[in-house]
Amino acid sequence: MNNQMSVIVRTITRITYGLTIVFGFYVIMHGHLTPGGGFQGGAVVASAFALLLVAFGTAGLKGKLNHHLLQTLEEVGALAFLGLAFAGIGTAFFANLLANSGAVFGGAVPAGPNAGVLNSGGTLPFMNWAVGLKVMTGIASILIAMLIGLRKEAAE
Amino acid sequence: MMHIGNLPFIVAMLLVILGLYALLFKRNLIKMVIGVSLVETGVNLFLVTLGYRAEGIAPIYTHAPTAVSQVLPTPQALTLTSIVIGLATTALLLSFAVLVYRHYGTLDVTKIKELRG
Amino acid sequence: MKRAVLAAVFLFVAAFLLLAAAQMRPFGSPASALMDDYFLANAQAEVAANNVVTAVVFDYRGFDTLGEATVLFAAVVGVLAVFRKLREDER
Repeated sequence: MNNQMSVIVRTITRITYGLTIVFGFYVIMHGHLTPGGGFQGGAVVASAFALLLVAFGTAGLKGKLNHHLLQTLEEVGALAFLGLAFAGIGTAFFANLLANSGAVFGGAVPAGPNAGVLNSGGTLPFMNWAVGLKVMTGIASILIAMLIGLRKEAAE
Repeated sequence: MMHIGNLPFIVAMLLVILGLYALLFKRNLIKMVIGVSLVETGVNLFLVTLGYRAEGIAPIYTHAPTAVSQVLPTPQALTLTSIVIGLATTALLLSFAVLVYRHYGTLDVTKIKELRG
Repeated sequence: MKRAVLAAVFLFVAAFLLLAAAQMRPFGSPASALMDDYFLANAQAEVAANNVVTAVVFDYRGFDTLGEATVLFAAVVGVLAVFRKLREDER
């Protein structure tokens, strides 16, 4: 059963899906400076996966992304988030022990409106990446499972 | 700024009422899932409008203009949480709809009840 | 009969929601902004983040985000469990 779409859709998908993934990673990386964060960037990256799935069917992902890899990555994201939360247990759960410490992402920000310092935020960028990984792999595995199920439904 | 009173709250409640209408009076399971999504959207809109401060800007300091008020950040953060939960529940509801269709061969809730006897 | 009861309940709830919304305070004047003013004033010093929403999501109210991540994980597991039989049939 051929479930690919037309050559126009496939060509546009080949051009745009990489850009969409890069934009999603940008939204995750700058989550502590600009509008966005882990959830939004993860949803953007997952929309790139949705584009691939719509244009190429599950054949476009075969071999590269399977269900086990996605589940493993989602659990890695969840455990990283929980571990970062437990890292500050000395003061409180979810305490930000890296903020203003001078370590990586430990820079201080000037008070009031400023141009933005990427090397700031403490554990926030790490949590953004953990949650972004979790959301993008979670939504991608939901989409893949639904697409396989519905294609099976249509074939019957 | 134009004076609009509490019109945004009424609009959010209209969205909720539209979703409730779909939930109560539609028989197709997919339409009921759409109703749940509408209720959810109305609640999200209500939460965000609750936190608006007149003439406020987004609570982000990067390249922000000086000396303006900012809207409340907590309702926006909770709305963010609510949106992701809504996506998860919608996905789960649609999977259950697929399961019901496989089992009964229909999405009409009244016929499903008849089949159960 | 059942649809009449449903319509009555629907009209009651709709009227309740609309009247409650119509009697709320005007748009743009929060009832209490003490906590949010604290966040806005101290997020840059305490969390070192320009985006106060991210600071609230991941730092001040991290428990909410943890619960949300749990719900997302549960939903993913639920969807995969529903479609697992289909996947096994395909193999």
